[in-house]
Amino acid sequence: MTAALRFDPIRLPEKCEQLRKEVRAFLAEEIAAGTFDPHKPNREDADAPEFSRRVGAKGWLGMTWPKKYGGQERSFLERYVVTEEMRVANAPTRRFFVADRQSGPVLLKYAPEHIKMDILPRICRGEICFAIGMSEPNSGSDLFAAKTRATRTDGGYLINGTKIWTSSAHIADYMIAIFRTSQPTKENRRHGLTQFLVKMKQPGIKVNPIGQITGQYEFNEVVFTDFFVPDDHVLGEVDGAWKQATSELAYERSGPERFLETYYVLTELVRAVGPNPDTRSAEGIGRLVAQLHTMRRMSVSVAGMLQAGKEPVVEASIVKDIGTVWEQQLPHRVRDLAAFVEETATNRETLERQLDFAIKTAPKLTIQGGTTEVLRGIIARGLGLR
Amino acid sequence: MAESDNIVVETAEKIFADLADPQTINNDKKGSWQAPLWQALSEAGLPLSWVPDDLGGSGASLADGFALLNAAGRFAVAVPLAETMLAGWLLAQVKIASPAGEMTVLPASPKDRVTLDADGALSGRCRGVPFAKAAKHFAVLAHGKDGVSIALVDSAKGRTESGLNVGYDHSDIVTLDKVLPVTIKPAPKGFDQTALMLIGGVARSLQIAGALESMLDISVRYSNERVAFEKKISKFQAVQHNLARLAGESAAALAAATSAADAIANAKSFDDEVYLEAAAAKIRCAEAAEKGGGIAHQVHGAIGFTIEHILHRYSLRALAWRDDFGSESHWAVELGKLVADRGADELWPLVASR
Repeated sequence: MTAALRFDPIRLPEKCEQLRKEVRAFLAEEIAAGTFDPHKPNREDADAPEFSRRVGAKGWLGMTWPKKYGGQERSFLERYVVTEEMRVANAPTRRFFVADRQSGPVLLKYAPEHIKMDILPRICRGEICFAIGMSEPNSGSDLFAAKTRATRTDGGYLINGTKIWTSSAHIADYMIAIFRTSQPTKENRRHGLTQFLVKMKQPGIKVNPIGQITGQYEFNEVVFTDFFVPDDHVLGEVDGAWKQATSELAYERSGPERFLETYYVLTELVRAVGPNPDTRSAEGIGRLVAQLHTMRRMSVSVAGMLQAGKEPVVEASIVKDIGTVWEQQLPHRVRDLAAFVEETATNRETLERQLDFAIKTAPKLTIQGGTTEVLRGIIARGLGLR
Repeated sequence: MAESDNIVVETAEKIFADLADPQTINNDKKGSWQAPLWQALSEAGLPLSWVPDDLGGSGASLADGFALLNAAGRFAVAVPLAETMLAGWLLAQVKIASPAGEMTVLPASPKDRVTLDADGALSGRCRGVPFAKAAKHFAVLAHGKDGVSIALVDSAKGRTESGLNVGYDHSDIVTLDKVLPVTIKPAPKGFDQTALMLIGGVARSLQIAGALESMLDISVRYSNERVAFEKKISKFQAVQHNLARLAGESAAALAAATSAADAIANAKSFDDEVYLEAAAAKIRCAEAAEKGGGIAHQVHGAIGFTIEHILHRYSLRALAWRDDFGSESHWAVELGKLVADRGADELWPLVASR
């Protein structure tokens, strides 16, 4: 077989179920205390610093990292359980989610020791928020066309240029960004970009929120003007960011957040149709649940491969491709099925409000974190077509 | 599961490679490949994989048997291997020994029913029974006034009307009219027709997943050979993206089917969790058969539409397998009812339990 894709039936170990109970109990308390409303997916209260600290205090941030940096040395499968339970409950994870999933692991791999000792424990305590500076006004999917310059100066670099579509930059304490340190070479157009740690909320950085079609302002334009970054904030190899980007993608692309973003409308549909659905509703729900179950099994399988130290980049891309297309279509399928829900259904208004938001959210799901087109290119490469 | 990692699958793959090569079979208009293939499979004990040694079988685990069915799907094997395995498994539930030769199971659809009367005779009309024509015996699940029984029936005692499914394999109508079985025993407590349909559905899911793996394989290979507009068609982005989607469908089918197989192999009973796994596998694999098979044909163009090309051996069979042991529409309605009955707040716990 040329295409040896593997999705072994990995099961979550027993200890995950104890953890799941703890997470559910914690979230139920938070809901009861009014921290967030699980029926409100729009997360207007998404920046919830106190909630973030309480999640940190539970030991659920950076939970796979070494203990000396504040981590718990637990498995990716345990982290998976925490992530999916938070997502399904519509918990306000914005403040810590990126740092926990992505930024922390990059620092662990590439930051100097004193920076790891300084920053990682604060991520684990839920104190700090990270943003990712990749896209620019004229480079999105084509990451290696980035132009924002990092120019050598005494003891570090001066940054000039603009990042855009940067989620959470308006609240972030740090950003991990790629800047141009050299021009690309003829042999390698990906050469010349370097990954940097950037301390936000300082002179030389201007954050301009950008309104989204959902009515939210959660992504931003970030303008750097002669902003100084010290040498010890270089992450990894100068000019060699392209070598560092790929292995992290498997983590970024295969998690439960890649198919659960609009899950809430399915729950609410089941509530609206009640215990005795007509054939049409039953079939519609049955198909959606079968598709959801399959994606979760694929996603858990990738988590198991990651835990085993493999780099299932193609499998992870498949999970994100199928998962995001599914979660994008879900509100529309639910809308179809809800068309004949009784006027008297008690949660009718909740469902309609949720659909309104989910339908507006849907277009971004196949764009953020790697477009469908980019993913299919990666899969095609894995199949030996490129 | 590109590489076999168990002895049952290794044995089967060797036999399939020697005696069930799709191109050779496709060129053979007389069907002379069938007898040697069945003989080799029988000599290796594969059709009775799920029958314990003391009941005349080879006593392989459920897991090994499922892996064998996945391999059979990769070769689009068109002899009653899955059917005989399921029949042997059904008979073994009540410790009825399996006879030699081809078997199939009745009923093969959740809509059909065989009844057992007070005189111990079986009656019923079963549609879409795979390979009934070739079967020497039927393993029958019957409903009597005291509950469910399992019986071994001489196929000559029933009336079989020949039919072909969309994949050109036998899918027949079997009528039992007061037929006395060879042996009959009451089914174990809790065992019912749904359990038979679920395991049959998982068998078909694994076969569909295997066929999709092969469709992906031959489609990728073809796209790297075929030249159009002065380049290999694999270099066109539209073709690449289609093949990436086919890979996704193949992966989804494989994940759903192997997960369900693993669930059944390790289950103590057919509870809600196993029901979700098995029903979801049949639904998702059937959807993948349509979407994935469609892409494989699109990539192949006209050549894939010819009877000479092997693609149809996989694509049509995968579509045909959707219908056996409950179609995806059937399982979707049943799964939807189960989810609705459990209630909205029990949906996530059910999904997360797997």
